[in-house]
Amino acid sequence: MSSQQTPQEIGQLSFGLMDPEEYREMSATKVITADTYDDDGFPIDMGLMDPRLGVIDPGLECKTCGKHSGSCNGHFGHIELAAPVIHVGFAKLIRRLLRGTCRECSRLCLDEGEREEFSDQLQRSRDLGRDLNDVTKAAIRQARKKDRCPFCGEKQYDIKHEKPTTYYEVQQVLAADYPDRIAEAMEESDERIAPTDLAEETGIDSGRVQEILSGEFRPRQDDRRALEKALSVDLTEEDMNKLMPSDIRDWFEDIPDEDIEVLGMNPERSRPEWMILTVLPVPPVTARPSITLDNGQRSEDDLTHKLVDIIRINQRFMENREAGAPQLIIEDLWELLQYHVTTFMDNEISGTPPARHRSGRPLKTLSQRLKGKEGRFRGSLSGKRVNFSARTVISPDPTLSLNEVGVPERVAREMTQTMNVNERNLDNARRYVANGPEGHPGANYVRRPDGRRLKVTEKNCEELAEKVEPGWEVSRHLVDGDIIIFNRQPSLHRMSIMAHEVVVMPYKTFRLNTVVCPPYNADFDGDEMNMHALQNEEARAEARVLMRVQEQMLSPRFGENIIGAIQDHISGTYLLTHTNPQFNETQALDLLRATRIDELPEADGVDDTGEAYWTGRTLFSELLPDDLNLEFTSSAGDTVTIEDGEMTSGTIDEDAVGAFGGEVVDTIAKDYSKTRARILVNEVSALAMRSIMHFGFSIGIDDESIPRPAEEQINDAIDNAYDRVEELIETYERGDLESLPGRTVDETLEMKIMQTLGKARDSAGDIAEDHFDDDNPAVVMAESGARGSMLNLTQMAGCVGQQAVRGERINRGYENRTLSHFEEGDLSADAHGFVEASYRSGLSPKEFFFHAMGGREGLVDTAVRTSKSGYLQRRLINALSELETQYDGTVRDTSDTIVQFEFGEDGTSPVDVSSSQDEAAVDVEQIADSVLNEEFESEKQKESFLGQRTERTNLSEHADDWWMAEGDD
Amino acid sequence: MVSEDIEAVVEDTELPRRLKDDVYSTIEAKGVGVEDADRIAKAVESRYMDTRVDPLDPVGTVSAQSIGEPGTQMTMNTFHYAGVAEIDVTQGLPRLIELVDARKTPDTPMMTVHLDEEYADDRERAHEVVWKIEATRILALGDISTNVADMLVQIDLNEDTLLERWPTVNDTEAIAEEIAETIESNLGVQTRQAGTVIEFGPEEPSYRDLLQLVEELRDIVFKGIEEISRVVIRKEETDNGEEFVLYTEGSDFGEVLGIEGVDASRTTCNNIHEIYRSLGVEAARETLINETMNTLEEQGLDDVNVRHLMLVADIMTNEGTIESIGRHGISGSKDSVLARAAFEVTVNHLLDAAIHGEVDELDGVTENVIVGKPIKLGTGDVDLRMGTSQD
Repeated sequence: MSSQQTPQEIGQLSFGLMDPEEYREMSATKVITADTYDDDGFPIDMGLMDPRLGVIDPGLECKTCGKHSGSCNGHFGHIELAAPVIHVGFAKLIRRLLRGTCRECSRLCLDEGEREEFSDQLQRSRDLGRDLNDVTKAAIRQARKKDRCPFCGEKQYDIKHEKPTTYYEVQQVLAADYPDRIAEAMEESDERIAPTDLAEETGIDSGRVQEILSGEFRPRQDDRRALEKALSVDLTEEDMNKLMPSDIRDWFEDIPDEDIEVLGMNPERSRPEWMILTVLPVPPVTARPSITLDNGQRSEDDLTHKLVDIIRINQRFMENREAGAPQLIIEDLWELLQYHVTTFMDNEISGTPPARHRSGRPLKTLSQRLKGKEGRFRGSLSGKRVNFSARTVISPDPTLSLNEVGVPERVAREMTQTMNVNERNLDNARRYVANGPEGHPGANYVRRPDGRRLKVTEKNCEELAEKVEPGWEVSRHLVDGDIIIFNRQPSLHRMSIMAHEVVVMPYKTFRLNTVVCPPYNADFDGDEMNMHALQNEEARAEARVLMRVQEQMLSPRFGENIIGAIQDHISGTYLLTHTNPQFNETQALDLLRATRIDELPEADGVDDTGEAYWTGRTLFSELLPDDLNLEFTSSAGDTVTIEDGEMTSGTIDEDAVGAFGGEVVDTIAKDYSKTRARILVNEVSALAMRSIMHFGFSIGIDDESIPRPAEEQINDAIDNAYDRVEELIETYERGDLESLPGRTVDETLEMKIMQTLGKARDSAGDIAEDHFDDDNPAVVMAESGARGSMLNLTQMAGCVGQQAVRGERINRGYENRTLSHFEEGDLSADAHGFVEASYRSGLSPKEFFFHAMGGREGLVDTAVRTSKSGYLQRRLINALSELETQYDGTVRDTSDTIVQFEFGEDGTSPVDVSSSQDEAAVDVEQIADSVLNEEFESEKQKESFLGQRTERTNLSEHADDWWMAEGDD
Repeated sequence: MVSEDIEAVVEDTELPRRLKDDVYSTIEAKGVGVEDADRIAKAVESRYMDTRVDPLDPVGTVSAQSIGEPGTQMTMNTFHYAGVAEIDVTQGLPRLIELVDARKTPDTPMMTVHLDEEYADDRERAHEVVWKIEATRILALGDISTNVADMLVQIDLNEDTLLERWPTVNDTEAIAEEIAETIESNLGVQTRQAGTVIEFGPEEPSYRDLLQLVEELRDIVFKGIEEISRVVIRKEETDNGEEFVLYTEGSDFGEVLGIEGVDASRTTCNNIHEIYRSLGVEAARETLINETMNTLEEQGLDDVNVRHLMLVADIMTNEGTIESIGRHGISGSKDSVLARAAFEVTVNHLLDAAIHGEVDELDGVTENVIVGKPIKLGTGDVDLRMGTSQD
């Protein structure tokens, strides 16, 4: 088997055209018959499926290399074309060469000076990595200006190119029926001109005129002009002399090598005559496999179909030519051959009908295979399908750590990890093998030291397990603690692909801790995710150290944590700390039961009944490191103070522990360690879940209802706004409305109405807000930042407000009105999409319709946006992907071009530094204070403050106990 | 100032300029000795070294992601203000795409014109500058009527407007004369002027020519810069009091800089190419960063780190000219054939490579993914391996 060969590394790739001789040499066989298989189903010799071109059917042997299907890569064959044809891809270049070189001596029509100039330009372009074609085009333009060849003096003619592959040489010559047409023109003149008059007018001898008219004499150029001017007709005709591919080939063959170099071509690799094909390479069978349908019929690949066409025409061409067919027929066949070869290369040439399959579907030929998203380059080379991957629906599991992922047992049984058996893991290895492929921590394959791979089956597993010895390899199932890579598309940033530790679980979904939803942008409404099992130690080590969820906690986009409490976690901590409620011992222990805290701190006090109590803030403080000092403003608006790991005031909400920059999480991740931050987030979410369960939290329709008087107040406010809008309209109609600078009166009116109605919505919201209690769940969620906003609440309880399409009031629909329910030209609020009702009270039909219009715009917007921003991202990534910081701090691309001398001008990492302006990356003031006040408890701490910090490694969830014990916390 | 000894210890650190200055000011404010200063500097340095980017960090990809990812959260069609409600400016994703594409002209060109001191405080004087910038066309100056019977175009100029727009001239007739001259030189007709009324007609009586003249008349710019259709004047708060700032619809940066009263050091434009032509690449890079940042800020995505935008701006201006991101710019000028083929217009790149006999050295990322070698970024760029022998 070829896999025993050492894999070779590709050092470089050179591109060039291929010499037809080379084709013939490397060809395994000449292909002459258009048929593929004979009646018995065997490939025909020298046909398109010739066994020398490689094998696809299992069991057959390749006649060239002797290998079987699967290991034989296939071999090229060739077709001898009856006549040369043009390669479509080079049609433009061929045109350029024809125009720039002499028709006689084939030399480039540029004198020495010009040649040198263009050679220099070319070299400069090459050095700077610019497009060579710009120089080439300029050179050709220069050459084309020449009337005569500077070398042989031959007159040059213009070349006309008829797309895709026909070329004409245009010569100005007389039409064949020139005399007749002159005569005709003389007849048609206003008064018939006699030949003598003509002679007089043009000053040509009248005898000569007679001769011209009889066709005995062909007029010279100036005579002709005079004649035509006198008759005011234009009888010059362009004579289009078609250049056959064979002519072009002969022409190109004579172009000397040094001339080609001036045009940026490499004469050693690509001679111009090779752009005209005389031999067509036939791709190996393996590149165009045929498939056998259920009914036993063979279905051939598109390329094969195309090749069949080419061979058929080629045969017919040869037969006809040998039989001495008329030139016309030969030319037709030549064109047909050209068409087939053209479409074999590219079937999407404009102006040529695409070759079609019998069913009418256009064939997918060579170009189409390479192009586009699903093409060879983007579809099969840059992105490949892989083994050891799994995909299924995700669902939440708050009991997992954020580093973990629940993997269904069925997946764990398919994804394997290779164990190198040695004395130490021998027992384990044998146990895995003994469990077989069906039992859970089992094995699927073993590999003996001699390289033989054996499948572990239910039948042989026991027997095989005993044979396993050190030196064997066992492909064992995934088990708890293995590291895998987890991904959710679209992978917009690096946190979309993170490494997790496996926890094998029953059922069929991947289980995630809810706090990793923000980085993946996942929810559980049916989202699916992909998992990849890593296959070598290097990959596993990198994944553990660099890619594990906790290592990705800080987003490089804004330099703060992207993992943190979300939704109910935030409601939970809010309830726990906002009013700082008291809990008795049982309650307190219950709240902390899912954390590593197993002992309560000193009680905060004793309540009226004499029972000890603990406050919410105290309980929360238990999760914090003992030496944490922090002060910030929460989203609820109060100041949170944490002194020596004790939270003394404030509310823990989104700004404290939330994803996207929760202050506490962010500080701990940066000042302590990622491991500590991970433990904190896990415990905060656990505590929060317990807390929200303790208090109970639900929202219903009643939570959005407001008392009658408030409703009336809102109605008044809206009526008020309506009156003001009416007033505005009246002023407008009177023509008294003063326009804002730079706006028309109409625009001003629209803006003012929008403003008025916006205010009305806001005041309705304010009124509604006043009537909600602080413990209203919707208010709690909005205030804590858990979910929703006050605006959402306003719309539910107060008034939905103005609906907008393209940033304006709704103005579309019928002529001068939005709906037939309104009068034409009605400018009032309700005629243009102001929704007075609240979601709770329900929308009127008209309001509902306007609301749907606004909603539809949003949907369209999202659809357009995703494709646009996706393309933007692709371009950005492509342009920047090669940039990397170097050891000297510079940012360079892979060809060592310096792009920045220091990343971001100061070399600071975007991960470690928050991008918000008011937060300095390095707080000199604070550092100075610490140094001067000697705020250190020990020499060791002082040293660590002055010197560089190193984070203690933590490679696994399972190493936490050890990690915590080592620390001071 | 701080003593030389302190300066010596601070300068000895590897801190960037900004932090050194921070250290100096802190030391000065606290008035500490050399020993403490040294410790402070050391501590600051170690904190700074902690926050430095790691060598071999693929910062390019990270920056690209950090700009691309918020793109999904931006809105498509938001126009409206750039601080000024009166001027519509393309915003959101379309603007971001426009910047990255390095379009020759933005969808909505605009300028922010700051004024020299003597003009900035006085509304009257600020208006003087406005009239020098804003293109004044005939419709703004008076009424046009066509007299078909006599084949004449009549312009009745509005005296107030004339005096307003030519604040330096006090004579309406003189202004009218100037206008008439402009018309003559632009349209090639003879004009007759009586007071503030100007009359002219086609050489030969022709209805079509007459209408043609009126059309052409509308396009003549009598004063100001052709490209700038509107100028809005606004009072703005600054550190030292208030000043008038002009916002223009349409832009011609080079022209505006030459106008008297314009403070060229603070005036900006949202067309990167105009900045590039007038002030050079470095200014273009700066504008690119500012414009991208503003676009993101307007969408509430102000948390994106500027360093990412800097990198994008730096790669776009690395050649010394402005290159776009995409097929016609950076991605199209890559050295590797495979990388270009894998991005866009696959077949053409391959054919061209064959003609030019190109060689792909396989240095970049895409190429190595294609041929199945480890890429030379991040951990792939390290050749260090753990040894097997134990000494």
